[in-house]
Amino acid sequence: MSSRVPLTYSKKVLELFRNPKNLGRIEDADAEALAGSLACGDMIAIYLKVDEATGRIVEAKFESYGCAANIAAASILTEMIMGKTMQDAWKVSWRNVSDELGGLPSVKYHCGVLAVGALRRAIRAYYTNRPKPDWLPSVLTQEEKHALEEEKLIEALAKRAQRVLS
Amino acid sequence: MTYSDLSKSIIELIESHGIPEREVYLDYENSGLIIPESLKAMENAYKWGGKGHPSITHLMGWMSYQLLYEATENIASAVNCSPNELVYTHSGTEANNLAIIGSASLSQNRRKIFVSSIEHLSVIFPAERLEKHGFKIIKIPVDNEGFIDLNFLSQHVDRETLLVSIAAVNHEIGTVQNMSAIRDIVKDRDENILIHTDACDALGKIPLDIKDLGVDLASFSSHKVYGPKGVGALYVKEGIKLEPVIHGQLSTQKLWPGVENVPGIMGFSKAVEIIHKNFGEYKLRMIELRDRLIDGILEKIDYTILNGPAGSKRSPDNVNISFLYCEGEALTVELSMRGIYVSSGSACTSRVLEPSHVLLSIGRRYEEAHGSLLMKVSPFSTIADIEYVLDVLPIVVNRIRSLNPIKPGMEVR
Repeated sequence: MSSRVPLTYSKKVLELFRNPKNLGRIEDADAEALAGSLACGDMIAIYLKVDEATGRIVEAKFESYGCAANIAAASILTEMIMGKTMQDAWKVSWRNVSDELGGLPSVKYHCGVLAVGALRRAIRAYYTNRPKPDWLPSVLTQEEKHALEEEKLIEALAKRAQRVLS
Repeated sequence: MTYSDLSKSIIELIESHGIPEREVYLDYENSGLIIPESLKAMENAYKWGGKGHPSITHLMGWMSYQLLYEATENIASAVNCSPNELVYTHSGTEANNLAIIGSASLSQNRRKIFVSSIEHLSVIFPAERLEKHGFKIIKIPVDNEGFIDLNFLSQHVDRETLLVSIAAVNHEIGTVQNMSAIRDIVKDRDENILIHTDACDALGKIPLDIKDLGVDLASFSSHKVYGPKGVGALYVKEGIKLEPVIHGQLSTQKLWPGVENVPGIMGFSKAVEIIHKNFGEYKLRMIELRDRLIDGILEKIDYTILNGPAGSKRSPDNVNISFLYCEGEALTVELSMRGIYVSSGSACTSRVLEPSHVLLSIGRRYEEAHGSLLMKVSPFSTIADIEYVLDVLPIVVNRIRSLNPIKPGMEVR
């Protein structure tokens, strides 16, 4: 059984929650993806503009439904990938996100995971109609799997709850 | 993170949060202020007579025992029971555990325990733990306002039932149960079935007369009546036998060994005395503030749902509203930065995957529960406090909604 100390958000998390960077939708995004759901209490959308010739991300934005850590994680991830090639952006892990935020509380690691999961889905989406690069794995990475598992689990729990009630 | 890292980061967090200029505290569900007279009573107890152990045979013990006795008489008279029917614990959680585990430990043949599906976790968890020891836990369903299904109770409660535990007032959505109907159903079936009520949120909020209520066990918590933290009590009707759940050196009371928190009990007793004396006035004041807050929110902010009943069957202090397209923890942090302290039934707040079991039990969908805020007014809140909340809350809700990829009115997938 775990304890329940208050969440110690870093200064950076609080700052980005208050004033998120790169917030909003890119209407003519080259790639976009969503991870999580309203039922999860956690959802991140990532929008990318990519320079076709260089494969570099020229604009990255996000929208988020979730706690302060979720918003901060999505915000900092868009800052971290700006100007990066798609291949380098793919390499950003949830741990990098957490470190960049000055350390997420352990119960909030999944916020970093969900942000990276959404980004990787967006990167995959970008290559669905383009030749798949060698560096893009066919199997789902840990972050993508986690996002998928969370969505499925909550869907099942929510269905069960409605069944019990009716 | 090491312990000292944690402490350092909390200091940093508080500094970067800053102390807001205007503050409104509405998180009385989790804890809150202490009435000044109650604090004074504690201080006096520490200065005079309260330093001793009330079980010890010397002047300091006698003085401490006398203070304890006086405080107990005071509480007993407010709730209409006999002083020897009160057992002190150190929290409402402990009182609930003693009621449930303490009665189950002595049960011979009865193996069924009924609890409502919206009970406090300090009722649900000990009950569920008893499943390992051969007890059957039956959760009584509730309707969409949190009222228990009396037909279900009537159909299922039987002579194998040991205990029925239902809070007179629900801690999250303020539902005031029809306790006399519950008592009649249970006791008509079998007089020996025990009835426990978690009365932590009933004391000071609804007229509470233990004898009238007709229950066998009732839990109380000091900080829920604006007394000090660290004091709870269980009413155990004369003749009802319980087994202690903790063991140690005997004290003045058989069921909860360990030295009594005499100054804390003095503070609790003073708080009970004050809320009892001013009950009518406090109740009207809270209802006025509660209704202003509920009406103001529902009027000013779209996509909001009141959780729990409206009107006279709702606890005078309770405001629980779901803000669709918002996640509750984000709301509580944003409100905190603007000096408004409330809590939420979101999964993030409780650190589990699922949101509040109370809100799910009344049929709220996950996303509705994640966006809930629980606010409790007190007799010491002011109309200016409520107006401040009504000014700030729409701004906060708008900002949090503006972050969400799903905008209000959009189809939820």
